[in-house]
Amino acid sequence: MASGEPALALERPEVEPVAGIAARGPWRLAWERLRRDRAAIASTAFIVFISLVAICAPLIAHLTGHPPDAQYRETGLSINGIPVGPNRTFLFGTDELGRDVLVRVAYGARISLLVGTVASGLAVLVGIVVGMCAGYFGTAVDTFLSRFMDVILSFPLLLFAIALVTVVGPSLPLSVAIIVFFSWAPVGRVVRGQVLSLREKEFVEAARSIGASDLRILVVDILPNLAAQIIVYATLLVPLSIVFEATLSFLGLGVVPPTAEWGSMLAEAVSYYQVAWWYLAFPGAALLFTTLAFNLLGDSVRDAVDPRGERMFVRG
Amino acid sequence: MTSVGTEPLLRLEDVVKHFPIRRGVVFRREVGRVRAVDGVSLEVGRGETLGLVGETGCGKSTLARCMTRLHDLTSGRVVFDGRDISRLPQRRLRRLRTDLQMIFQDPYNSLNPRRRVGSIIGDPLAIHGLADGAERQRRVQELMAQVGLNPEHYNRFPAEFSGGQRQRIGIARALALRPRLVVCDEPVSALDVSIQAQILNLLADLQERLGLTYVFIAHDLSVVRHVSTRIAVMYLGKIVEVATTPDLFGRPRHPYTCALLSAIPVPDPDLADRRTRLLLSGDVPSPIDPPTGCRFHPRCPKARERCRREEPRLERRNGDPEGHVTACHYPVEPDEELARAAGTREDERGGSVSLGGRYGER
Repeated sequence: MASGEPALALERPEVEPVAGIAARGPWRLAWERLRRDRAAIASTAFIVFISLVAICAPLIAHLTGHPPDAQYRETGLSINGIPVGPNRTFLFGTDELGRDVLVRVAYGARISLLVGTVASGLAVLVGIVVGMCAGYFGTAVDTFLSRFMDVILSFPLLLFAIALVTVVGPSLPLSVAIIVFFSWAPVGRVVRGQVLSLREKEFVEAARSIGASDLRILVVDILPNLAAQIIVYATLLVPLSIVFEATLSFLGLGVVPPTAEWGSMLAEAVSYYQVAWWYLAFPGAALLFTTLAFNLLGDSVRDAVDPRGERMFVRG
Repeated sequence: MTSVGTEPLLRLEDVVKHFPIRRGVVFRREVGRVRAVDGVSLEVGRGETLGLVGETGCGKSTLARCMTRLHDLTSGRVVFDGRDISRLPQRRLRRLRTDLQMIFQDPYNSLNPRRRVGSIIGDPLAIHGLADGAERQRRVQELMAQVGLNPEHYNRFPAEFSGGQRQRIGIARALALRPRLVVCDEPVSALDVSIQAQILNLLADLQERLGLTYVFIAHDLSVVRHVSTRIAVMYLGKIVEVATTPDLFGRPRHPYTCALLSAIPVPDPDLADRRTRLLLSGDVPSPIDPPTGCRFHPRCPKARERCRREEPRLERRNGDPEGHVTACHYPVEPDEELARAAGTREDERGGSVSLGGRYGER
């Protein structure tokens, strides 16, 4: 290059970006919109709180002196064998075996959050990979993968889950696998659609013209443009996975007793709700508010990363 | 090496690019093909600027992507610097990219909105392992200065720049690898007229400094005239006339070229009123089902029976200098009055379409 020489004596660039206005990237703007959103703040606060509860579950068990699986038949059950309501020893009451509902709800949060995040993370990952391959490589690859997604989306999931659990036996990894298997296809479809339109953009052609490989184009040029949709989808998939996992456990297809889990607690509590409302109310509320918080956060994130969509929504 | 002085830098031999049209969801079958480029032979000499003009949809951009092998050819050969690159696999092509670069039409679409300018311009260097870290930043800033951008804006996003500045970013990216041939696909047609001039001057300046060869695509003849040493006129996937710039403007032989030239707006309104314009009737035929014989015959004021049957060859016609080739059975004579002929046809058909009408819209 013309080292030493001054820059070409051309006309100066036609418009200088205005000085004093800080350059803000799209993520920065999204973050600032998110920070102003009260629903986002509240739901984040709740998610942080429930996560702390999950992490500190052993601490709660230690403080109350009630391990999650310990049965207190003397203090935790009435003379008739009915669970006792909330009192000073058992803040959330006890269940039909005299176990501490508070401790069990705290331990249940661990399973729900773990399954929710791990399963939706894996589902998003699978969805991204399959969707990007289908959208980018097109033709035969696309036809095959798209039909495969159609097949998965048309599966009767609960029947499939019941059949599989009957054969293999219920376990936590199995329920995660089932959730992932049934959750990735919608992500894959969204990603495929996005990639289909992105790959026709001139900047992808430009990347190819400077010699970028397919992998580099997918990771460096296309993936960052998908990030917004992916983050939104991932946040909305977490509550779905939590509910899905609770459903499996409710039906006895998820975690194995005596492990504390919200879904299986609800299943048990259904038989006692007339005499022990707390047994149904606390795990139910935990499940409700956790999924609500994730859903609200997902909506806020979507509004923050795609303000145009938000405006259309308000007008429409 | 094979690169002798007389060997053109780029030679296209009967390049064909068809896009199949498919129907069906699971079982896809071909129901037709768009003949975007249908047998183009061209040469681009070292250091020259070859202008490529034609209406929107005539296959200019597809031809550009065939030259740079962004499209695979349906048939034909592309010879770059004496080497046939038309069948090179993608992996081998990547090394070729350092010699063959492209500037894109739309400065809003051709820059990744999620990446910073420094990374966009530095990408070619990163991909080919030419510079890393601080060295890369230095080279990128040098390039930015060279195309008239402020090197301090290294960390900004494309959205923070105007259209003209974005096109400068695209030019810097194309130049990062120090190519020998740059294919400019309508580099100024998305820009304001005042900024067009700046970009054209920048391109001319860079050509002089770096010894670049350009293929310059446009639908705007006055822009092409300004930059080109030679001009090729394209119509519906075929080249209809090639000549040096003064020759093409002074002695156009193909009726289509004449129509294009007469569509150039004249700044003086009195002169414009007195001028007879050759208006073409009808629309551009579909490249899916092009006309038989000469593809221009349905719109040509001089068309005769032979034009319907027989496809004219692109060759030198009587009285033309070396290098001026025309694909027409009945080339226009220098003193011929074509506009009148067109007028009668216009009366017959009713309605007319003027070429190059897009010019005045911006």
